Parts: sequence; structure tokens; C-alpha cells
Amino acid sequence: MLAEHSGETVKKVTTELLTLARSLGEPSVVWTGPGAEGAKDRLAEFGAAKVYVADSADYDDYLVAPKAELLGQLVADKAPAAVLVPATAEGREVAGRLAVKTSSGVLTDVVGVSGELVGEQSIFGGAITVQSRVTAGTPIIAVRPNAVSPSAAAGAAVLEPVSIAVTDAAKTARVTGRVAQERGERPELTEASIVVSGGRGLGAGENFALIEQLADSLGAAVGASRAATDAGWYPHQFQVGQTGKTVSPQLYMAIGISGAIQHRAGMQTSKTIMVVNKDPEAPIFELADFGVVGDLFKVVPQLIEEIGKRQAG
Amino acid sequence: MNIVVLMKQVPDTWSERTLRAADNTLDRDAADAVMNELDEYAIEEGLRLTEAHGGEVTIVSMGPEKATESIRKALSMGADKAVHVSDEALHGSDALVTSAVLAKVLERAGFDLVILGSESTDARTGVLAAMLAERLGVPQLTFASKVDIDGSAIAIHRLADYGYDTVEGTLPAVVSVVEKINEPRYPSFKGIMAAKKKPVETLTVADLGIDPAQVGLAASATEVVEWAKRPPRAAGVVVTDDGDGGTKAAEFLASRKFI
Ligand SMILES: Cc1cc2nc3c(=O)[nH]c(=O)nc-3n(C[C@H](O)[C@H](O)[C@H](O)COP(=O)(O)OP(=O)(O)OC[C@H]3O[C@@H](n4cnc5c(N)ncnc54)[C@H](O)[C@@H]3O)c2cc1C
Ligand SMILES: Nc1ncnc2c1ncn2[C@@H]1O[C@H](COP(=O)(O)O)[C@@H](O)[C@H]1O
Repeated sequence: MLAEHSGETVKKVTTELLTLARSLGEPSVVWTGPGAEGAKDRLAEFGAAKVYVADSADYDDYLVAPKAELLGQLVADKAPAAVLVPATAEGREVAGRLAVKTSSGVLTDVVGVSGELVGEQSIFGGAITVQSRVTAGTPIIAVRPNAVSPSAAAGAAVLEPVSIAVTDAAKTARVTGRVAQERGERPELTEASIVVSGGRGLGAGENFALIEQLADSLGAAVGASRAATDAGWYPHQFQVGQTGKTVSPQLYMAIGISGAIQHRAGMQTSKTIMVVNKDPEAPIFELADFGVVGDLFKVVPQLIEEIGKRQAG
Repeated sequence: MNIVVLMKQVPDTWSERTLRAADNTLDRDAADAVMNELDEYAIEEGLRLTEAHGGEVTIVSMGPEKATESIRKALSMGADKAVHVSDEALHGSDALVTSAVLAKVLERAGFDLVILGSESTDARTGVLAAMLAERLGVPQLTFASKVDIDGSAIAIHRLADYGYDTVEGTLPAVVSVVEKINEPRYPSFKGIMAAKKKPVETLTVADLGIDPAQVGLAASATEVVEWAKRPPRAAGVVVTDDGDGGTKAAEFLASRKFI
């Protein structure tokens, strides 16, 4: 399984993948770039048996192809039962290239895998659940972040350096810069266990401050409907839905969002859903575990105040 | 510049989509068919690039007979010509097989740039661009929210969680786009009239030199074992705000241990 990390910090999805991999067999982590030494304890805590370390900077400096090349080589050398990658933009692309290299089937956006390597996927905006399997090659399975709850189990996490040089053929798309836009200290949208999303009901970009305030009171990530991102009220990368991110947090709060099918596609599988909308007929209420029919500009400030009181008390 | 835009016809997300009981493949008759939304952005970007740098936009689509409607729409937007791969044998092809067929078409057509959507609304695999770049051995510049071309150099903004990455490569290349990249144009009346005369080449699998046994459901590397409609969520509690909606919401959050 491919680790997602930033420097030494192991991303939550990596612990989820380890948890899943353990239920299927003995997990070996593939670690690209620097940081493996510092991450060893964390990987051990979630049951990694081995950690293949390829610490070249090329894995960060060139898009996708070097990672796929490394995994391809490891698949050939180690003949794993399956390869798990996070179903992030990059993870899926690595999966795609690896599938071509190894003539293997790839399952994307899987939310669970059984012992027989049958993957569960949720399609058409969550309307249908399918069970799929790979029938050729080494099953390559891209697992949706937040689909598995990580649980600890001790492993040795033996670091094993791999000395496979990245070929020039894999170094054709060079990353020349990373530009961070406003995001603050909030958790990543697809990784967060709580997501607070705002829609057209906010009425203006500056009112997203209210959503951010609510999110911060809960340690949550901020999301937005397409109506809000299209209006330029919130950056596009925070859009939830069919053409945006798919999130499956423990708690999703939809504030001033009507619940169009394309929005539901991105949040329908959230464990708990809370809604604030002034229109009792809004379709989003069909999904709500708890809904408040009311003006968000009254309900949300009161909610933030109550959360504050309870957390102080 | 020779730009190929890949376009797929998909079931409309507004209609109820389902699978076929017979073979667990997409039921294309159950829903209205439309052009995959992101592909409109891919076409728009292709048109803008040829307007700025010269050249032609060729649409390539693999899909059933009915996809002709979406191909016409692409031509009405301003694309110059189209290649339609249409063959019964292709029914049920997965991403791996689809990418093999499209790579063959691209090799045959030749290209400086291939543009496609970063994801389709039906399959949503989002792997096709990476698979094509791998098969064609050209740079992969994907999830682009901005594309700049200067001679044979190409630079993009790649959308990321924290903002974007700047990525560079050289042509020929494969680019996938996100919706932030542009605002697709509507076909004009003149465009619609002109589209009727634009050439559409229809190809079978055999025309591409591919053995029909190598494509379709049976040749795919994945299979759907079973599927079911997701049970509706259990009805929740809805309260009307009488001045205490926020307090009640907080009580709910507390009862579920979120606070
Ligand atoms: C191909 C395609 C892809 C799409 N992809 C996406 C996607 O990825 N994500 C996405 O979100 N959408 C997507 N859409 C758009 C989608 O169809 C909807 O247009 C969009 O989700 C609507 O956003 P909204 O709910 O914020 O706005 P609206 O539908 O306008 O709803 C606003 C809601 O706010 C409520 N409201 C207003 N004022 C207040 C107030 N003061 N207090 C409380 N409530 C209030 C209203 O009652 C209303 O229900 C897509 C559409 C298409 C065709
Ligand atoms: N059958 C097809 N014919 C042409 N283009 C396709 C086809 N399938 C997928 N694509 C392109 O690949 C993109 C990503 O699709 P997908 O990998 O299915 O999510 C789409 O936006 C299209 O541009």
C-alpha cells in the first residue's frame, strides 16, 4: 500500500489503509520521499510489517509517473496479493498508471474490501452500492478517505530501502511550485471527521466567516456547494459534490444548501448529517439526521454560542 | 496545433440512473443522455488554445450510436471534426480497455495535445488521463485549472487541496481539466448549422486493428459482482426554529458526542 504523508507526518488515510490491509493480509507500506525514519513508530502502531523506502526527491518533483513506476517494480518483485492506494486525485492516477503497467484491473473509490478482495463502491451519487472485483492481474484498489475507521495494532514496520532509480521517462511532468491559497489550520476536506458546508443561503462571500467560525468551534473542515464556489464566495477546491470532493465524515453539516442531487453525490455517505435551511421543502432534509428549519443567520450564531458554552463548561 | 478532445456521453445526473440487471452494466436507456459536463470545459479549452495558437480541434468519442448527438453538440461549439468509435463489441469496457482503445485512436489520429475531463459523472474513475499518458508515453498534466502553451512548452496549474501546483512539460502531452478552468460557450445558431457539414468518421474496433475479443465486458479486468439500491436513510428529526433552533442543534451534537 502506498503511504500518503507530508514529510514525517503520516496522513490519516494511510492509517485507514493500514487498518484495511491488515484485514486482508500482511501490510507492507511503500514510502516515497524523505521522512520514513520519523514515521516508523506511527506506521508500526497501525500494524505495518514492512516499509519499503524510496527516499528520492524525484517522487515529489515529478507528477505521478515515478510513484507508479516504483509500485510497478515492487509488484513485479514482491508479487503482493493486492495494491491499496488512497482514492485521492493523485492516488487514483497512480492506480491508473500502475494498472496499465501491470495489465491489472483497478477499482476506484472503494469504501470497503472483503477477504476475497471484493470491493464495495457507491455509485451514482450514492444511489447504488456495487460489489466489484478485479479479474485480471494484481488487484489495484483505491480506497476512499474516511471509509475505514483506523484502529491500532502493533507491527514491526521494518524499514527496507529500495534502490530503484526513477527513469527519465517518468520525469516528464515537473512540479515547479506549490501555491498555497487561504486554508488556515483546518483539517483537509476529504480527511476531516467533521465538515461544515455553506451554500447559496449564505448570500455573500463574507458570510462564509460564519461557516468558518462554526467549523473552527468543532475542529472541522469547511466545504461549499457549487452555487457558492461558482459565485466566488469560497475557493473552488472546497466544493463538495459530483464535480467537487466526495466526503464521508462522521458529521456533515449543510448550511443554506438545498441538496441538489449533484451536491448529495459528494456527501450522501456521511455518517451523520445535520441541516439548517429556511425552506422546509428543501430536499436536503431527506438526508438529515437532525434538521433545523430556520434562518441560518439566527440559528448558526446561537449554535456557535452553545458549543462555546458547552466546551467551556 | 493538432488538439484532440476526448468526449463521453453520459446519463444525465438529473435523471434516475441505474444498472442493467442482465449484465450489471450501465443502463443507458434508463436515463437521458448528455455530454459529460467536464468535457464541455475540455472542448472550450481546446477551442481557446487553437484560437490563440492556430490549429484544429478533433473530438474523439467512444460510445454507442446515440453519442452522435453529443458529438454534434461538440461540433456546434466549434470543434472542426470528430472520430466516433462505435461498436457493439465495446459494450461494458472498463477503464483499462477504454484507455487501450482511445490510445489506439490517438496514435492513429496524431496529436500535439490531448484534452479530457478529469472525471466523468457516470464512471467517475478519474484514471483515464493517467492511463493514456502511460500508454502514449507523453507527459501527464492533469487536474488543470489553467493551461499555458509557449511553443512546445506547456505549463499548467494543477488543482490541489491547499491551492495549486505549477507543473511543466513539453508537447505532445495529455491534459485533464477541472471546471474552474473556463466557462464553456453555448453553440451559436451559426455553429449549429455549420456542424451539420463537419466530418464525423465512424470507426469499428476492427478498423483500429483491435481484436474484438480484446474489448468489452468479457475482456475487462474488473467486474461488478452484484449491486443494490442504497436503502434510504432512516428519517431524522426536523425541528422548526422558534428562537431555540441553535440550542436544539447543540443538544443533538452533544447527544452524539460531537461536542
Ligand atoms: C453536471 C453538474 C454537476 C454539478 N456538480 C455539483 C457539485 O459538485 N456540488 C454542488 O454542490 N453542486 C453541483 N451542481 C449544482 C447543483 O445542481 C446545485 O445547483 C447546487 O448544489 C445548488 O447549491 P446550493 O444548494 O448552495 O444553492 P440553492 O439550490 O440555491 O439552495 C440554497 C438553499 O439555501 C436556503 N437558504 C437561503 N437563505 C437562507 C437562510 N437565510 N437561512 C437558511 N437557509 C437559507 C434556501 O432555502 C435553499 O434551499 C452540479 C450541477 C450539474 C448540472
Ligand atoms: N468512452 C469515452 N470516449 C471518449 N472519452 C472518454 C470516454 N470515457 C472517458 N472519456 C474521457 O475521460 C474523462 C474521464 O473519464 P473517467 O475516467 O470515466 O472518469 C472524461 O471526462 C472524458 O473526457
